[in-house]
Amino acid sequence: MPQDQAKAPGITRSLVPIRPEEFGYEQARHLLWRAGFGGSDAQVRRLASWGPEKSVDVLLEFGGKNAPFDPVEGDRFDRDIVRPATEEERRAYRAAQQKGDEDELDRLRKVRQDRERQDRQQVGEVAKWWLTRMIETDAPLEEKLTLFWHGHFATSYRTIENSYHMFAQNQFFRANAAGSFADLLLGIIRDPAMIAYLDNNDSRKNRPNENLAREIMELFSLGIGNYSEQDIKEGARALTGYTFEDDEFRFVERNHDFGAKTILGRSGNLNGEDFVSIILSKRACADFVARRLYNFFVADVPPDERGGAKELPQTQRAVLRELGEMLYARGYNLRPVLKRLFLSRHFYDPSIVGQQIKSPAVLVVGAVRSLQTPVRDLSILLDAMDLMGQRLFFPPSVKGWDGGRAWINTSTLFVRQNILAYLVAGRRPVGYDASADTDAFDAMAMLETTDDARVVKREPGAVAEHLLRVTLGRVPSEGLERLRGYFASESGTINQRTVANALLLITAMPEYQLC
Amino acid sequence: MLDPNAYTRRELLRGGLLLASAAAAAPLFIQNSALAMEAMLGGLSSAPGIPDERVLVVVQLSGGNDGLNTVVPFGQPEYYKARPGIAIPQRDVLALSGADGVGLHPQMGALREMYDAGMVSVVQGAGYPNPNRSHFKSMDIWHTADTTATGDGWLGRYFDSECCGFGAGEGGQAKGSPPGIALGRTAPLAMQGRAVQPVSFESEELFKWSAAEIDKDLAEGYDALNRRGAEGGRDTNADFLLRTALDAQVSSDLIRRAVAQRPLAQYPGGGPGAELGRQLQMVAAMIRANLKTRVYYVSLGGFDTHAQQGGPQGRHAQLVKGFSDALKAFYEDLKKQENDARVMTMVFSEFGRRVGQNASQGTDHGTAAPMFLLGPMVKPGVRTEHPDLRDLEEGDLKFTTDFRGVYAGVLNDWLKVDAAKVLGKSYGKFGVVRG
Repeated sequence: MPQDQAKAPGITRSLVPIRPEEFGYEQARHLLWRAGFGGSDAQVRRLASWGPEKSVDVLLEFGGKNAPFDPVEGDRFDRDIVRPATEEERRAYRAAQQKGDEDELDRLRKVRQDRERQDRQQVGEVAKWWLTRMIETDAPLEEKLTLFWHGHFATSYRTIENSYHMFAQNQFFRANAAGSFADLLLGIIRDPAMIAYLDNNDSRKNRPNENLAREIMELFSLGIGNYSEQDIKEGARALTGYTFEDDEFRFVERNHDFGAKTILGRSGNLNGEDFVSIILSKRACADFVARRLYNFFVADVPPDERGGAKELPQTQRAVLRELGEMLYARGYNLRPVLKRLFLSRHFYDPSIVGQQIKSPAVLVVGAVRSLQTPVRDLSILLDAMDLMGQRLFFPPSVKGWDGGRAWINTSTLFVRQNILAYLVAGRRPVGYDASADTDAFDAMAMLETTDDARVVKREPGAVAEHLLRVTLGRVPSEGLERLRGYFASESGTINQRTVANALLLITAMPEYQLC
Repeated sequence: MLDPNAYTRRELLRGGLLLASAAAAAPLFIQNSALAMEAMLGGLSSAPGIPDERVLVVVQLSGGNDGLNTVVPFGQPEYYKARPGIAIPQRDVLALSGADGVGLHPQMGALREMYDAGMVSVVQGAGYPNPNRSHFKSMDIWHTADTTATGDGWLGRYFDSECCGFGAGEGGQAKGSPPGIALGRTAPLAMQGRAVQPVSFESEELFKWSAAEIDKDLAEGYDALNRRGAEGGRDTNADFLLRTALDAQVSSDLIRRAVAQRPLAQYPGGGPGAELGRQLQMVAAMIRANLKTRVYYVSLGGFDTHAQQGGPQGRHAQLVKGFSDALKAFYEDLKKQENDARVMTMVFSEFGRRVGQNASQGTDHGTAAPMFLLGPMVKPGVRTEHPDLRDLEEGDLKFTTDFRGVYAGVLNDWLKVDAAKVLGKSYGKFGVVRG
């Protein structure tokens, strides 16, 4: 970083903005991958021509009245597959029980099991809907942020077994994706999925359940070290009575503890909203959220300073401090903070670009969006994501997905390579009907976006270089050597088959796992 | 030991060695016979009569195995009253010598033979307090050894606490094979730890690049690009990926070569026995190929017998016959390899079923059920008390043995680690190895 820039008055050192002339193809490509799910060569070029300011503005422009992507029809998913039993059903059950009518009880049990099966099916449909949305959206950052919040406020269908609540929570994340973290934290204590997941519906005045209060402080807002066990106990009392009925939040007064409480040094007859407001008033909360955002969009950093984690470099610490400060000063409004981050020179530093391990969602969605492959079979894509460790709506625990290197092991690496082979060549993974998927991938389209004369003339070396640059963002020498070798083995033929094969090779390179 | 970061392709070729990825999250420890030799000759501590380099195989019966029709309490009349349509008549039950009033399902002749050979330990009434009847939840409880069903897996914690599962106390080091291999789509929660990720694959065919057969030159390029390894010293994400890619190739070669061997025993040819047998056959092959892997995990589904489960014949009978036959073949295979004594197998299910049958000639989710420990080194016989069918809780059995006590025994006696450290508290001394 040039010293003159860093010292310029009014410009902070750590988040100094990138200059328009520093924003080229590589930077535009980086922005598209990190603030979205990658893009085609043409899309990257368009962003590069717009420059940083307009590119970031366009990415952050979403959620308005004229949202470009078709908003979900409210009735798309059935909200009543899982619902409380009606008075009539309850009566029938009680009667059967009293009479010891095993056949009737058995029938009622079957009805319930049938509903459970339908609901499991529906959560699969919701996952397909979301994956489609990620693939097709004009507002990729909106979906990327929704994915971020899904991991941050992790809630699993496995525990709550209510697909409509998972869907509603997903819509809540989307509606507030780049809004205010305060709204998200206030909303989450009224969210049926979260309330069920962390047992707050079982919390009572005389026996408060601490689960929700604990996870809010530890994982959602402050991080360990910024609160005491006593604060959790008091927070749990503040949250008593916060429950839901069918699909709606309900505050049940008789279960709420109206007594005096002290949370993080503040005393009063505090309720759930007070609990959240007190947390938000702490700078530690803004720092924690900034750190999670940085970890998701920029570079792997541990969630907190516990456990003798490697000390972060000075520049990274400064960036984190400044992001936290800004988030706090802006009342937790996310848009300006994200804008500042995406426009910062730090974000485009060579130590950052191309060094993030793609999450399974980014790998799959990014491949379709950037290579423009057919979508093929959504269930196969979702299955592969599960095998790679990221099943949508089923995060492994309330901690969400660890991300980073935890995505990669020797089994997941093969799954990653093979799902790309499926997208590119239609070769179904082992275990599925062996027939090849017939949707054709137009590999030659990859060569149509450049006017490089040598590519136009189909010179193998130039084609290899072009494919690597578009796909990996750079041209590793070993990759170039092997691609040339491959084209040579085909006597230099450049056609649909050989270009698709070359892409198979590139997407199986360890480097392809990075963005 | 070399700096694990320093492995490069050159060193790999020079040493003919397998390699270890350095970073905590990198799972990959592949071994070759040179290392196995070294380990065998190296200073291994030995308990008399008990082989070193022990292996634990976990067999999960998914869906909730009907324990009462597996180890049948024919001595308790309540059993017959509660199950008029599906009980196993006393004359059909396979008696277990030394045990009163209980015996095996008639289709479990293979397991009874093993029992007679002193290779089976039957742990009755295994369960936990406040039983949960949800498949997911109860399975998670068994996997985490925690009744809140939260936290890391019990085997994952073992891997983490014991130098990646290679037991510092046994002279092992984290330089061998993957510490845990699960056969299945995804690695079970039980094996998930912090530092160590298990390897899992459903079939060895998934453990390779699917496009390799498209074109020979393509496959060559793939091989070269994925076997580059990383320069020593650096540890960026790119280096990590290069190392893991190399590990994946070596491990794929090793495992695929291992399982390509012909089995030394005849595994069941169809039904549930073939499904489990296919997995156990692969495990036997990997043990035979001298992988240093300590824990293998296999599973068999279909035990959720809500309707028409049958008695001496029928669906449940096929299931218990399946796992019984498959396990017998597995130990025959291991015996021919002379590896049987270093392999202990533990069989469990997430819960048993209710005592009374339901209206569909099946059984619903219940509580306690038997576990089995198998192998020449187990403390044989019928262990612990069968739950009393006159003393039920809302129609369900009361557990007599906390399953975590059995885990503790396996950890202490077989895997030679401090079980209290792994499980977070002490669950008593349940000996699993013969005296």
